[in-house]
Amino acid sequence: MSGFLALLTREMRLSLRHGADTVAALLFFLLTAMLFPLAIGPEPETLGRLAPGIVWVCALLAALLPLDRLFGADWEDGSLDHLLLSGQTSAAIAGAKALSHWLVTGLPLLIAAAPLAIMLRMPEAAIPALLAGLLPGTLLLSLLGATGAAIVLGARRGGVLLPLLVLPLAMPVLIFGVGAADAAATGLESRPHLLLLAAMLAAAVPLCPLASGAALRGAAE
Amino acid sequence: MLKAEALAVFRGERLIFRDLSFTVPEGGALVLAGANGAGKSTLLRLLAGLIRPIAGRLLWQDRDAFLDLAEHAGRVAYLGHHDAVKPGLTAAENLRFTAALSGGDANAALAAMGLSDLTELPARMLSAGQKRRLALARLPLSNAALWLLDEPTLGLDAASIARFGELLTAHRANGGLVIAATHVPLPLTDVQALRLG
Repeated sequence: MSGFLALLTREMRLSLRHGADTVAALLFFLLTAMLFPLAIGPEPETLGRLAPGIVWVCALLAALLPLDRLFGADWEDGSLDHLLLSGQTSAAIAGAKALSHWLVTGLPLLIAAAPLAIMLRMPEAAIPALLAGLLPGTLLLSLLGATGAAIVLGARRGGVLLPLLVLPLAMPVLIFGVGAADAAATGLESRPHLLLLAAMLAAAVPLCPLASGAALRGAAE
Repeated sequence: MLKAEALAVFRGERLIFRDLSFTVPEGGALVLAGANGAGKSTLLRLLAGLIRPIAGRLLWQDRDAFLDLAEHAGRVAYLGHHDAVKPGLTAAENLRFTAALSGGDANAALAAMGLSDLTELPARMLSAGQKRRLALARLPLSNAALWLLDEPTLGLDAASIARFGELLTAHRANGGLVIAATHVPLPLTDVQALRLG
């Protein structure tokens, strides 16, 4: 456990030192969402109807932004070898990376989502459901994203390949995340959608680090 | 004691080496020689557990070293071609992760490689030789018994090579093992040589 904490501390120290990456993902999230009122017009009804989808799609795309540097920087400068030789299992390394991605990208997105939803005139009743969906949703995106990032590691033009790999995997997350907010907006029960998201998270927590750990070992060969 | 038995490695379609056997006793040193591309770096990565052999065994104290890769990693300190130095962190911060895992003293390790005056400097300000010294400072910090070194003295000046020699001597006196790939003479005495290719 202390080894995992040392890994996480290392990741957080590096992320904070390169804070611009975090800010860039957050600004990308806010700016792309702001394009929608400009493009489809400011009518509160249309905008409010589309708001859950807009927030979710923008969060999904923003979470992808820092992924190609998640393992890429360590792979290029030889740090990945040191991580793999740190005495931690490769799954623990991938898990720490995914958690650090969530802490510096997913969590800020989650916090920024509430003011953004209000700005897009989302029905007030739907905002708690949106945030409750984004909590497991952003965690899932970090886990799936870390898996994709480990798999494309070392591939030529991996940065282009990465969204093509992660976006299809993220589709169920998007469907149930938006479903929860939509259900709450129309006065239906959002609980089933949230439970399905939680179930996906429960499956991804053990499986994604195992898969990305194996991919990391492959990339180091 | 590290014992290799008939190791063979394939990379892609190419056989890099086969039937490679050697034994390094406690306190021993093995220097790998051979032309470029002979497989020196591949062998070092294999010994670290980063690459799996297609045939043969690696024994640590007569037990298969690759049974538990995480455990094997704990006894290995690997220095590759890259320095694994993060330009955004200071010299001292670059060693924090290794120090946190081993419980060692980062400042003592920096002093051993003559970097005491540069600890608070961002690593991007260091010269190539100073970055190499910073990478070398991880070795005594790691508590690992087996040092795997790929061209360790690349870019070092004479004074730094002498300091590095002291580290090697101290490590071997404590029963540590050193396996190094190099084209230039290293500050090591009483070594075995292994020629690849």
